[in-house]
Amino acid sequence: MAKRQSHGSRRAVPTFFGYRREKGNVGIRNHVIILPLDDLSNAAAEAVANNIKGALAIPHPYGRLQFGADLELHFRTLIGTGSNPNVAAAVVIGIEPGWTKRVVDGIAKTGKPVEGFSIEGNGDIATIAAASRRAKDFLQWASEKQREECALNELYISVKCGESDTTSGLGSCPTVGNLIDKVDAMGATTCFGETSEITGAEQVCASRAATPEVAKKFLATWNAYNDFINENKTNDLSESQPTKGNIAGGLTTIEEKAFGNLAKIGHKAKYIDVLEPAVAPTKGPGLYFMDTSSAAAECVTLQAASGAVVHLFPTGQGNIIGNPIEPVIKLTANPRTARTMSEHIDLDVSGILRREMNLNQAGNALIDIMLRTCNGRLTAAESLGHREFVLTKLYRSA
Amino acid sequence: MTPHFLVHNKTDTVGVVVVEGIKAGQRLTGWMMDGDETIALRAVDAIPLGHKIALRNIKKDETVLKYGHDVGRTVAAIAKGQHVHVHNMKTKRW
Repeated sequence: MAKRQSHGSRRAVPTFFGYRREKGNVGIRNHVIILPLDDLSNAAAEAVANNIKGALAIPHPYGRLQFGADLELHFRTLIGTGSNPNVAAAVVIGIEPGWTKRVVDGIAKTGKPVEGFSIEGNGDIATIAAASRRAKDFLQWASEKQREECALNELYISVKCGESDTTSGLGSCPTVGNLIDKVDAMGATTCFGETSEITGAEQVCASRAATPEVAKKFLATWNAYNDFINENKTNDLSESQPTKGNIAGGLTTIEEKAFGNLAKIGHKAKYIDVLEPAVAPTKGPGLYFMDTSSAAAECVTLQAASGAVVHLFPTGQGNIIGNPIEPVIKLTANPRTARTMSEHIDLDVSGILRREMNLNQAGNALIDIMLRTCNGRLTAAESLGHREFVLTKLYRSA
Repeated sequence: MTPHFLVHNKTDTVGVVVVEGIKAGQRLTGWMMDGDETIALRAVDAIPLGHKIALRNIKKDETVLKYGHDVGRTVAAIAKGQHVHVHNMKTKRW
């Protein structure tokens, strides 16, 4: 694989061919997205994507009568999705022009092509016609973008596991942890989340913060989530967290699940900041914690909206999630899942359990498949059409 | 040889079965990852892939250790070699 010298270090940093966007950040896909502001605009967005082959509609169920922090998160997630470097250009469609323009203006700050269309006073058909013409222009423009050599440390990588079992804590999560330790030393930007799923390991997680201030911020975030669960729970959350699938796979308690989960951040890397959901990292290269739900698609959608361009997803029992704009790479250490659900698995690390492979080898294999994915190899989830885009809703609309 | 079960940490009271089809009474070989040691144990119950096995006798209301950490409590006495899961172990949280 191609390598080049990193700044201030003799260590050779691997390279790949990615898309360098207007402000210099690097993407690995070249999507033209048709982004509805609200549920009402899904039909028009999907019609545009049907007209313009290669454009990608991202339908979702929200965007009406939201308010306060919930509305801010809605805007932040949509703007972040359009701003992600895996997106070359965006068409935004909303029922009315005001909120549509907020999303367009947010995405426009990246310097990429973006245009909004609204339906009230025009109807679906005229809106679809106008938006389709613009989507065609954007798609042809994007199709001439060339990949160029980029260094691994220019990547923003997110991690989150799902349908975990005990093999996740033994093999697939430590494999991600091995990668995190290696790429952190190279100067990459990385992100983990799943606030509720650190329960039981929260003090160990706090000890992995880079400074006492960051540890305090993490514990305040974790405590707020734990209080929310305690206020709303009707039982011990068994079958919800851990899930029914986790339990089938042998995980008994949230504490047990948490220590397996936390293995994803390796042994050496320290997180340098705690991010609100869908907020982009701003403190430079390093590991970040983001306050998210532990539901797979909610978490990955928030991480992608913060700008992450490639996702590493360990699974035990076989979570099949994908994301419309951020490729999701699946790995498993469960030999049965690797055998029975092979079409969903990008990397089989079950050899760790048989002592045929050590964590260093598994981590290197994950770096290799990640770089191949960054070069353009489609993930299993992309090939199978998994595009789960799930907005986090904080509370009921007005 | 391929181990039947794995143990994270020397202080752990449970290990994890990592092969399919473990039967009651079967003699098992385990790999203690912490310290890279091989250990032997007889399964009392049939234990599915990914499920836990008690490494020693554990009393009712005792803390269960895995990863060298507290991962819950027993709600029944568990004998060495028995299956450990939701029927005899619960969270201390929530």
